[in-house]
Amino acid sequence: MPEFLQFAFSGLTVGAVYALVALGFTPIYNASDVINFAQGEFVMLGGMTTVFLGLAGVPLPLAACLAVVVTVAVGLALHRFAIEPARGASAVALIMITIGASIFLRGAAQVVFDKRFHSLPPWIGGDAIRVGGATILPQSLVVLGGAVVIVVLLWAFIERTLIGKAMVATAANELAARLVGIDTRRIVGLSFAISAAIGAVAGILISPITLTSYDVGTLLALKGFAAAMLGGIGSAVGAVVGGLLLGLLEAFAAGYVSSQYKDAVAFLVILIVLLAIPRGLFGRASVERV
Amino acid sequence: MLSVEDVRSGYGRIEALHGVSINIAAGEIVTLLGANGAGKTTLIRAICGVQPISAGRIRFENRQLEDLPAHARVALGIAQVPEGRQVFAPLSVEDNLKLGAWTRRDANLVAELASIYELFPMLAANRHISAGMLSGGQQQMLAIGRALMAKPRLLLLDEPSMGLAPILVEQILDVVRGLKQAGLTVLLVEQNARAALAIADRGYVVETGRIATSGSAAQLLADDRVQAAYLGV
Ligand SMILES: Nc1ncnc2c1ncn2[C@@H]1O[C@H](COP(=O)(O)OP(=O)(O)OP(=O)(O)O)[C@@H](O)[C@H]1O
Ligand SMILES: [Mg+2]
Repeated sequence: MPEFLQFAFSGLTVGAVYALVALGFTPIYNASDVINFAQGEFVMLGGMTTVFLGLAGVPLPLAACLAVVVTVAVGLALHRFAIEPARGASAVALIMITIGASIFLRGAAQVVFDKRFHSLPPWIGGDAIRVGGATILPQSLVVLGGAVVIVVLLWAFIERTLIGKAMVATAANELAARLVGIDTRRIVGLSFAISAAIGAVAGILISPITLTSYDVGTLLALKGFAAAMLGGIGSAVGAVVGGLLLGLLEAFAAGYVSSQYKDAVAFLVILIVLLAIPRGLFGRASVERV
Repeated sequence: MLSVEDVRSGYGRIEALHGVSINIAAGEIVTLLGANGAGKTTLIRAICGVQPISAGRIRFENRQLEDLPAHARVALGIAQVPEGRQVFAPLSVEDNLKLGAWTRRDANLVAELASIYELFPMLAANRHISAGMLSGGQQQMLAIGRALMAKPRLLLLDEPSMGLAPILVEQILDVVRGLKQAGLTVLLVEQNARAALAIADRGYVVETGRIATSGSAAQLLADDRVQAAYLGV
């Protein structure tokens, strides 16, 4: 029993990480139908910028805030210089552009930062919490809490602000959005800024657990993408549920089968979701009536 | 109020408008008649800035529009009810209306919302329902209400009665007539040429990307060719 509980806790810890990464996909996807494969690099930039500003003597809380600002600037630049010039291209072409951007950002990070692994101290320290013979670190709860806060903020933004609704409108019908006077280019730009900010926060919160380096983005984006697919891409709640489920699946597969198969779980999930429930668990149902 | 001069526009390398000129004076209802594929929608889209033009000039109240993006033209007072309604399906009726007033989002919208609900009571009853769930007629009313929320001075209507029951068509044309009385200028594209000419002051006949004829509504109603081609006489 303690063994089961311990697997569950480590699953939730990893799952919370995936949930945070998966959440970053939602704003861009919702505003423009683009799956941003540079999302993992936003996560890397959040963590690595904080680490390096910290090494340069900047107090860590300030370094973390600056890291969010830097990552948002990179997100806006990605939109302005890579996505915007390809306006009107197919979603597949835009996805290819984000893959290119991801490779570029990884290369740039290798030069600007370094190739080593780095860690951040936990944002909330203290001893591991014991429950029924198993333990969980306070930092895991911070990551989980971060995911919940982001879900609530995203929900409030979409449901309670007119700009949030303009974002939904732009995604639902770009032409009609332009005809009511929405500058749809800026709305999509805003979605890149929000996704970048979520990615950076994710990187800052998870680095104490996962460590960070210039190339952590690739695997994280893959896991986050699998989680988002499982939950239903575009749904914030789905991202969190999908992330936690994927984390638990991985932990139990590693615990009861073999840790060699851990990473294969994500691929399996992608395959099964694509074949069986392409919309995911919480994917948006179409409300169109024709 | 609006003058379109020698506008050319197309899709890819195929030109759909071969130099079109029209004028609309303040307070008029002007209608565009023409067969399927004549270029009416293309012209309306060009006026709104969602369709690029390759030549010509478009002037609205002494402002050149050619270089203005679509959203800036809405702010100047041009609103369109697009062909096929194009409501924001996942959003509620009320959110659709609020977004209609996007260019005036600092204004107090309570009074405007109330006036739209007075014009279309069925929208009030469904204000919290997703627009995608409405019937075709209700969506059309929502699309008109949404355009009015922008407080336009020029309203462009692209086939507002398409696919609607005759009683709804009548109702929508009544609304258009009422808008003119309230001082709005209207450019109306309508399949039902007889109904359109009944409420219009003037009209243009568009044929394969050119203006074929124009004149007052009475002149067009009496025109032999218009009668044969569009009035089924
Ligand atoms: N998206 C498009 N891509 C390519 N060609 C188009 C497109 N839309 C319209 N066309 C072409 O441009 C020409 C003008 O079309 P337009 O839609 O402006 O006509 P219309 O007068 O509005 O017709 P309808 O009465 O059917 O609405 C037609 O020949 C049409 O085939
Ligand atoms: Mg048309």
